[in-house]
Parts: sequence; structure tokens; C-alpha cells
Amino acid sequence: MTAINLEKPELKALRNQYGETLAALGAENPNIVVLDADLACSTQTQKFADKFPERFFNQGISEQDLINTAAGLSTAGKIPFCSTFALFAAGKGWDQIRNTVCYSGLNVKICPTHSGLSLGEDGASHQSIEDIALMRVIPGMTVIVPSDAVETDRVIRWAAEYYGPVYVRLVRPNCPVIHDDASYQLDAAMPHRIRIERGGDDITLVATGETVYHALLAAERLHKDHGIQVEVLNCLFIKPFDSETLAKSARKTGKVITVESHQVMGGLAGVVCEELSTHQPTPVRRLGTQDRFGQSGTGDALFKEYGIDWEAIYNEAVCWLKS
Amino acid sequence: MTVSTNQARVLPAGLPRLTIPQLQKLAAKLRIDILDMIYEPQSGHPGSSLSCIDLLVNIWFHYMVWDPANADWKERDRFIMSKGHGAPAYYATLMEAGYIPWSEKNTLRKIHSNLQGHPASRYIQGCDISTGSLGQGLSCGVGMALGLRLDHIDSRVIVLMGDGECQEGNVWEAVLSAAHHKVSRVTAIVDRNHLQIDGDTEKVKALGQMAPKFAAFDWNVIEIDGHDFAQIQDALAQADRFAEETDRPTAIIANTVKGKGVSFMENQAGWHGKAPNKEQYEVARAELTAAYDALS
Repeated sequence: MTAINLEKPELKALRNQYGETLAALGAENPNIVVLDADLACSTQTQKFADKFPERFFNQGISEQDLINTAAGLSTAGKIPFCSTFALFAAGKGWDQIRNTVCYSGLNVKICPTHSGLSLGEDGASHQSIEDIALMRVIPGMTVIVPSDAVETDRVIRWAAEYYGPVYVRLVRPNCPVIHDDASYQLDAAMPHRIRIERGGDDITLVATGETVYHALLAAERLHKDHGIQVEVLNCLFIKPFDSETLAKSARKTGKVITVESHQVMGGLAGVVCEELSTHQPTPVRRLGTQDRFGQSGTGDALFKEYGIDWEAIYNEAVCWLKS
Repeated sequence: MTVSTNQARVLPAGLPRLTIPQLQKLAAKLRIDILDMIYEPQSGHPGSSLSCIDLLVNIWFHYMVWDPANADWKERDRFIMSKGHGAPAYYATLMEAGYIPWSEKNTLRKIHSNLQGHPASRYIQGCDISTGSLGQGLSCGVGMALGLRLDHIDSRVIVLMGDGECQEGNVWEAVLSAAHHKVSRVTAIVDRNHLQIDGDTEKVKALGQMAPKFAAFDWNVIEIDGHDFAQIQDALAQADRFAEETDRPTAIIANTVKGKGVSFMENQAGWHGKAPNKEQYEVARAELTAAYDALS
């Protein structure tokens, strides 16, 4: 059980943490280089650029060039981190990511910010709700979705040490800090181990990224209002995926709800259903965008409209358990 | 930063630069190997392999500095086969260079082979980047040059592109980046054979005058006959001089003939990606062998 105050959490933007961690890593490892596509202030890679201008490359508004320039840098022994908005990295750069970076097995870190619905007011043209699906189908790609600033720091550090292509999906807004910075560690032997944020026997909530907070809040209130014991699983890694921890929880509760700021097809729901169908067939209810584009609005309003906020999770669980 | 001349670097032992007659003989031999390689699996791209092999032998056996015994040697010059469908020509070159054993020659495009239809870095020594999806090589070359420059290594990065490939937007993104980042050690060579799968490049989507296009993007440009060995060598030497005297990358527009060396394949779009049947193979092989034998 987390000791964090879910009702009044501290807030920190993942992209701010990303920029700070990159800048710190730049001092520790001279091989780290950073690339951006005219969004350095938005993605916060500017924090690295300010400290290490010679190791920062702004590629302009050219995402395909962004990815493959990073690929070239990696062949010269550099560890490139490249950033832009998620839709542009995963969408416009997909062929480059597949055919050059992953097929060549290159050490490129793609860390886009502004993923998912919480991008908000810019609307559907800028909201990546397909990028998890796009990235996880590429052989050899690692897909990571941190839930708060603490996890962001740890996975960026992990990615810098790991050799191979990595996609780290970050979001724009301030997010609740739900982990204790002093004690949080990745499992060194199995970094993709699913984190059981909260134990319970009645129902399993599987979340990733910024929806982990909503799952925790829903779990807390389901317990308070109805005495429902919810198990909350945080899928920091979408790929490789820890099917063992998921199957174990599903075996115990017999009911699984997934929640994500992404299409349910091919995203977290896709992974969970694929894995359960093999290891522990279990009914799954899927919260996420349901074959719909996003639209303009505040992040909160969009989470409500698309049914992925704590209230939607709460209602889904109550509805299922009472039926 | 100062860039030392390539002449100051030492070629690895046992790898003398070949003379033009030796290179011509080698290219004639590799043309036969290319034909054999494609005939065997009945699959591959003869047209674009035969158009670029003269460029490849000059790049690899006269110009670049490399060492197959030390494939990861950091100071080596780099080559990217952006036009990945020219794989048979690239593989023949790498076999001659000692990166791929000749025993693999007959495995092109067959199951479990290292010689994939398009070059895959995971299977091929001396190949840093997989290619095949067109338009991507130049961005990689610019990134490579940036990485080497950070380490104060003045190795050259040669990117061989097809002309049809230059219809891809990523190429022109990279052309902008190379000029912007002043990566003078990048040389893009365009195999300008005027043909792509659907026919004449000018009819499919006109590339027009390529030299002024690169010049307008602040590149040094040299236009040559891509089958004239002296012109190829002069252009490469000029690219080195440009790299020392300017902060611009260099483009070499090499005018070539698709299917060069096989009479019925020359300038025929239909031979872009088709293997010859037995009869055609025998005619083609006789022509290429006669050309080889005619060289001293």
C-alpha cells in the first residue's frame, strides 16, 4: 500500500523530470546525446541543451530525420535520446524506428512527451492514442510507460544503461507523484516486473502511465464506500510484459479491468487480453478510447468523457461486482 | 575544429589502393558475380546493382580506409548503402573486401542466409545500418558523422543513394540537416540512372536537375559520369578537398546506366527487380565474360 496522500498529492510533470534527469545523466555519461524536433521547450530537452549544447541536436520539424540521425549517432557509439510529441515520433517516424533502429538493433532511446488524451486542448491531431500499439509490435522494441516523475527518473536512467531500442511514453501535464522518491527502485534482475501498488482479492485493476493514479484513487474509494478489496497493478513495462504477476492476480480475483489513455485495441488492454488468454483466461473489461478519436478539452474533461478517470473506473467496478 | 587530411591516415597493411586498370578488371568480375548471385535464387535487382558497381569498387578499393580484420575499428571510413535494393552489388563488394566469405555467394535471398534481399546489419560485418526502406540512409550518415565529430574522428561517411530514392521526403530533411550541422565529412553519391520501378524518373516524379537542387541546399556538388573511373576518383578526392576547405557536405551526382554491361538490360526499367531466365542468363554471362576477358 502506498503511503502517498492520494487526495492531495504532490504534482510534477513527467517531461520536467525527463529534462532534469537527462541533464543529470549528461554530466555522468559523456556519450549521451539528445535530439529534438523543434519542441525542446515543450519536451524539456532544453534543460540538457542548456548544459551540453555541443551534444544537443535540434533537427527542426523533421521527425523521420530525428529518428535516423539518432540511429547514425548510435552507430558511432553515442547514446541518443530523441524527443518530440508522441504522435509524431511513433507515427511519422514509424518506418525509421522499425527498419533502421529496431531492425539494425541500434541503441536509440525514443522518449516522446505529450502522449495520450491529457495533451488536451490541441485536440485529436496531436493526441497519440495509438503509439503503444505501434511500438510494441516492432520486434526488439522495449516499451515503457511511467506513471509519475519518480518512475520517469528511474526508467530514463535504466534506458541509458540498457543497450537497445527503447520507447518511453511520457505525458505533458503535472501528474500526481505516487511513489516515494527515496525508496523507489526498479527490480535490477527484472525491471519489467509489474508493481503491485495495492493488494486485494475482489477485483484486479491493471493500469499504465498516468491512469495508475486514477486506479489507486478508485481503489481507495471503492474500499471506503463498499469495502471492495481492489488489487492495483502498475504496468510500467508494456514490453517485455510480466504475464506471471498478471496471471497470478487474475487467478485470485477472477475479474480484470484495464485502464489506459490509449485505444483499447493494441494497447494495454490488448497486451493483457493476449497474455491472459494464454496463461489465465479471465473476463476483462477494457477502459480506454473505444475506436474514437480524441478532441479538444482539458485533460480532466477528456478523461471523464472517454471514461478513464477514477470515477469511470469506480463505476465499472461497482457495476461489475453488483451484477 | 580542424580536420586532418585523409592522406595522413595509414591504410591497414595488405590493403593497397587499386589502380584504375585493376579496378576496371575487378568491376568486370563483380558484374559476373552479381549476375550469378541473382540467377541462383531467381530473385534480386540486377539493374541497380550493375549501375552502381563501378562506383562501389572505386569507393571501396581506391578511396575508403577500412580493415576487415578489425571490422569495428572506430577510425574507419563508413559506408551506407542507402539504395538497399542494390544489395547484390554491395555483397559482391563486401565479399571481395573480406567481410563476407565467398562461400555464401549462392545463398542470396534464400532461407537462413546472411545475404538478405536487402542489407541487414545484424547479419553482415562492416554494415552499420540496415537499409531497404528507401530514403533513410542519408539521415543515418549525418548522425554518424555528428557522432564521429564529437569524438574528434575525421572519418569519412559515404552514402550511396538511388535517384528514385530522392523522391522520399526524408532525403531532403537530411539534406537540410547536413548543411545546418555543417557535416562536411558526409558525401552523398546519387546513382543517377534515370530509372525506377515504374519507368523513367522524370515521368514518375521528375527529379530534374539534381546538382542545382543540392547546391541550393548549400551543398558542394560535383556531377560526373558514374562509369568513368578517373572522374569517380577525382570527384572523391574533390570531396575531401571540399571537406577541408569548406564546412559543407558534398553531393556527387553520378550519371549511370541502369543494367550497365548487359546489352538487353541497359536502360530497361523492366530489369529493375527481375532475374534472368536460363537463356537470358547465358547471353548476359557471355557478354560480361567477354568484357572481363577484354581487359588486360
